[in-house]
Amino acid sequence: MYTKDGESYFIVDAHIALWDARPENQLNIHGKQFIDCFYDYHRNLSPESELWSYEEYLYYGGERLMKDLFDEGHVDHAIFQPARLGAFYRNGFGQTEEAFALASKHPDKLTYNHCWDPRFEQAGLDRLRRDAERFQLKGVKLYTAEWHGDSRGYKLDDPWSYRYLEAAQELGIKNIHIHKGPTIRPLDRDAFDVADVDKVATDFTDLNFVVEHCGLPRLEDFCWIATQEPNVHAGLAVAMPFIHTRPRYFAQIIGELLYWLDENRIQFSSDYALWTPRWLVERFVDFQIPEDMTEYAPLTVAQKKKILGLNAAAMYDIPVPARCAVTEPAAA
Amino acid sequence: MTPDPLTDAARRALDGVYDPELDEPITDLGFVRSVEADAARRLTVHLRLPTSFCSPNFAYLMASDAKDALSSLPGATAVVVVLDDHHDSEIINRGLAADAGYRGTFGAEAERDLEELRRTFRRKAHAAAMERALTRLLRARPDLPEVALHDVVLADLPDDDATRALLRRRAAYGLGLAPTDPVLVDDDGRPLPPEDIPVRLRFARAVRISIDGNAHFCRGLLRTRYPDSTTDQAPRPWDATRPVDPVNSLKENVS
Repeated sequence: MYTKDGESYFIVDAHIALWDARPENQLNIHGKQFIDCFYDYHRNLSPESELWSYEEYLYYGGERLMKDLFDEGHVDHAIFQPARLGAFYRNGFGQTEEAFALASKHPDKLTYNHCWDPRFEQAGLDRLRRDAERFQLKGVKLYTAEWHGDSRGYKLDDPWSYRYLEAAQELGIKNIHIHKGPTIRPLDRDAFDVADVDKVATDFTDLNFVVEHCGLPRLEDFCWIATQEPNVHAGLAVAMPFIHTRPRYFAQIIGELLYWLDENRIQFSSDYALWTPRWLVERFVDFQIPEDMTEYAPLTVAQKKKILGLNAAAMYDIPVPARCAVTEPAAA
Repeated sequence: MTPDPLTDAARRALDGVYDPELDEPITDLGFVRSVEADAARRLTVHLRLPTSFCSPNFAYLMASDAKDALSSLPGATAVVVVLDDHHDSEIINRGLAADAGYRGTFGAEAERDLEELRRTFRRKAHAAAMERALTRLLRARPDLPEVALHDVVLADLPDDDATRALLRRRAAYGLGLAPTDPVLVDDDGRPLPPEDIPVRLRFARAVRISIDGNAHFCRGLLRTRYPDSTTDQAPRPWDATRPVDPVNSLKENVS
């Protein structure tokens, strides 16, 4: 909960991780390249006061996570969105057992989403059924650029991917978070293309598709799809920290999202531990569209409340204290 | 250091190599790490990118375009282009050294060629340039309603940098350059009915914001990854995220 100028904001951090990128968990050079890339994101977009050392960044553990999010970060509820990266890390990048144990200990604060990879075909599908039961899954995180054997990425509209989405429907896994990394195969086309999201959103209208970092670097393609598909949502992972380094660019992203989507389909996240939530929440509450950007309307308190927590709370049935609500309910 | 005409010519040739996604020369972006010529007039150029995980198809396009541009220099006896610190450096460098072409470089991961990819980004670059020119026109002429853009032709645009940039993108994308050609067109170069103009302009704006934003992010990441790249980078000429009035607007942090 964050309170400013008499307004109370219920905060849901919709995309967090508990990763282990220490050298002993790195399987090959790509494990190092991957965490180095994350660390450069962190160093490039964080205010100086929020910088972590490289050592801290490799692995931070559950206690630090609880402190950064809930003691200091104003967060009321957070959702794990793990990436497995089995081709880069021995025991995976996202730490399933550790994160799930933490979520089980703090069910009021943490939701554990798991991941799947359709290239495991039937064995993965059987696994998904067991995982859904064990983790009581409401959502999954899909990283389409994951490497797997000779394959370096998949599309959501691949035949096996459809079977997994059908299973999700049946198992009550309603929220599909999608991270479009550079999907490699085939290399002929745009690696960040979001057209496959369009297809699955049309064919699975009862599922929510949350596109992380709002389709960036393809914001316009994402907006075009989201305008036509009411079950496509924007996750603000990676976009949020621009509020510090490039506030005018951030204003344009938010302005475009509010124009093409609406205020009920945008979700805040810190992408912890890429960044920490405290400063992002505080700055977003203080944020306003610059006056000379007349093409965008000023942000309202109600819009900020929805983006910071009410939208994700509605999607995940997380109870919200009455004083944090807005008069018009956020849509699920 | 004595200036070497060959390395100077090499840098000028590399000015013509663009990052297709960011629509800017690789030299201005700071992607050229070093240009060296030895006594036998063999050129060696090292390229660097903002992350190890930049998309390999774009990495390959820039590196192979760089090799093509350098190979046409009359003074160079041989050309070596090396992509540093990328997850596919080995594959791409091997392909470049052997002049293996796109399919020869990537094998089963390549289907046909990268022409569709190039065309996709020429289309986006055109949309962004069109939006920049027309938004500038609308700001200069507040009396002009958006729907009136339907009648604006190339001859109506001022002779300025935005117009020249638009003409270059039109030429690259295969659109006409006649003074009577309409400016506001769809992706196939056709003029739009007035009722479709606001959405087209709005979408083109989203394209422009996406490209500009990526360019900022990639530049920043490159500087974080290679601090010595800072002095190699030229400011992005189209910077709509900079304040119109720096005094009254939010400060943009440079980091």
